[in-house]
Amino acid sequence: MSLDWTHGKVEMAHGGGGRAMTQLIDALFLPAFDNAVLSARNDQAVLPAPCQKLVVATDSHVISPLFFPGGDIGSLAVHGSLNDLALAGARPRYLTAAFILEEGFPLADLKRIAASMARAAQEAGVSIVTGDTKVVERGKADGVFITTTCVGEMLDDQSRGVTQIRPGDQILLSGTLGDHGMAVMSLREGLQFDSDLMSDTQSLHGLIEAMIVAVPDIHCMRDPTRGGVAAVLNEIASQTQLGIRLEEKAIPVNPAVQGACDLFGLDPLFVANEGKLLAFCPPEQTAYLLATMRSHPQGEQAALIGEVSADYPGQVSMRTTLGGLRRVDWLSGDPLPRIC
Amino acid sequence: MNYLDEFRDGALGQKLLHRIQQAVRPEKSYRFMEFCGGHTHALFRYGIPDLLPANVSMIHGPGCPVCVLPMARVDQAIALARLPGVILCSYGDMLRVPGARGVSLLKARAEGADVRMVYAVSDAVALAQQFPDRDVIFFAIGFETTTPPTALALQQARALGLTNFSVFCNHVLTPPAMEAILSGIPAAEPGLDGLVGPAHVSTVVGTAPYVPIAQRWHLPIVVAGFEPLDVLQALLQLIIQVNEGRAEVENQYTRAVRPNGNPKAQQVVNEVFEIRSQFEWRGLGGLADSALKIRDIFSPWDAEKRFKTTIPRGKENPACDCPDVLRGMKSPKDCKLFGAPCTPDHPMGACMVSSEGACAAHYRYRSET
Ligand code: SF4
Repeated sequence: MSLDWTHGKVEMAHGGGGRAMTQLIDALFLPAFDNAVLSARNDQAVLPAPCQKLVVATDSHVISPLFFPGGDIGSLAVHGSLNDLALAGARPRYLTAAFILEEGFPLADLKRIAASMARAAQEAGVSIVTGDTKVVERGKADGVFITTTCVGEMLDDQSRGVTQIRPGDQILLSGTLGDHGMAVMSLREGLQFDSDLMSDTQSLHGLIEAMIVAVPDIHCMRDPTRGGVAAVLNEIASQTQLGIRLEEKAIPVNPAVQGACDLFGLDPLFVANEGKLLAFCPPEQTAYLLATMRSHPQGEQAALIGEVSADYPGQVSMRTTLGGLRRVDWLSGDPLPRIC
Repeated sequence: MNYLDEFRDGALGQKLLHRIQQAVRPEKSYRFMEFCGGHTHALFRYGIPDLLPANVSMIHGPGCPVCVLPMARVDQAIALARLPGVILCSYGDMLRVPGARGVSLLKARAEGADVRMVYAVSDAVALAQQFPDRDVIFFAIGFETTTPPTALALQQARALGLTNFSVFCNHVLTPPAMEAILSGIPAAEPGLDGLVGPAHVSTVVGTAPYVPIAQRWHLPIVVAGFEPLDVLQALLQLIIQVNEGRAEVENQYTRAVRPNGNPKAQQVVNEVFEIRSQFEWRGLGGLADSALKIRDIFSPWDAEKRFKTTIPRGKENPACDCPDVLRGMKSPKDCKLFGAPCTPDHPMGACMVSSEGACAAHYRYRSET
């Protein structure tokens, strides 16, 4: 019996290791992810080794709703581990994907998600080389959970990371803040509002490669996902015991995102992004790096938003649009709309 | 460009600050209270206190809905949540407020109670429709801003014959709280020179209810929006009134507030609620006619009438200075618990929970400079 892609649902048997599972893999994942390694149908992938140092990154994805303007859990799962890997200064090569499916999940949605993963992987030039599927009883998961692991190679020998950050480093942001978080929030129950909000989920390795070629000396790159820019910078400030000072008027925010944030009393600094990066750059190279970023499609709205100093160790603060100074603390829990 | 940008514009802000500098008389001191937590938040969010002349000081008021609810009401909500078959819904911040022995609604949830965060009361109504065999209780809190939506939800529940929905009503009123603050200042303390009046609350009630207060206490009141330039403009108006010896109600927030507010919303509220003769406030104590209760015709949807709960008698943490902070008698930093161990991650008192709470605003935005 062939699978019903219009009304069919995921059944326990689809993860059971029997014929139904093989059928799902054959009919869905193999053609969608289409590559020779995967089609060999082994439990592992044997790959030609790149000559450089290997880099591996893994990331689990749970999101509600599964589909949102600008993306879905499939594209997000590809971009997530890919970006984590690329931020080390690496070129992504291969991906693995593990699915946990909830019994009763519509096959049509699963097909959409697989197609979106395939598209995202193809755009990024990586192949999904091995994977796994499990099905859990209804109510034990929220539709689909996807874990991806990305394998790639270092682009050069430079070591980058939080420990390389120095006082005087300037902080560049690759584009507008808060697009992903507000797009997802706009769809949550009770919060529906009309808007042009669009997730920024995208793979950043192209931009990263251009940046590294231009300025190999970049000290550190991070992506401000959950908890937003505020969370990443606080983590860095407390880890390095350096101070970080932001300039509010330099921070790019889409008007639609700002509008939605205002409506709910939220601050874009704390809202999640899925396609933006922060780079810590030695001051003498900032101008060149910024120009490089701006000439790349993924960095057109890049901006210099702040700098690192030895003063106020462990603190992130911001010069506000009015000229006042305020601390930018971690957020406690999820961003919550105000009541008053 | 976002229309709000003009209320955050740095250059315009500098101009207003300059005008404030010029307006203040060096020999005078100006003590202003911002009633609303939304204003407290805006002041700190934009670093305004440091930009004001040294003789202008801001005192934080009690206008934080989460903060003013006493522990007994939190405990009662927890007791309701623990009843079999109940789904208790509330706004997110309310879930984190510690009740007796530090137990919050979030803790109760971890222990098995079905507590859900909603963004609006309409979400709770929808839940009741979705789960007809459960009792959905909405933990309603807030000043006049959040009252109309609760009233509408009750009307809707009645129209739909929705028998498994009810409201645990904790709506409170702004003017009695203002009176309580003003009458509670000991003679020995310096009084207030002016009040920044509520933004969103005033869109509902208008500016008229503040007129008798301004007259009785000879106190200038300027209703202001929640944007930084709104606040600066209101401060300038207050300073000018003080200098001229006036005590009037002025409306800076004309883009949203009419003198009589929103009569439609007031009418809906009147249909559903009546004045509660006595209500306990955190910090301000028991205040007569300071809150709302659900009218008898809506009794079937009144959680206080429908469910019998026994509330464990809890004691407020005596070291927490929330009561004094809410009265404007102390600054958060005067509290011995501020910063350690009391932080937004581990709040010991209500004022550290919501972003409108004075302690949370101080903690989150205080700069080390
Ligand atoms: S710092 Fe904490 S304990 Fe002290 S008054 Fe504020 S909320 Fe209460």
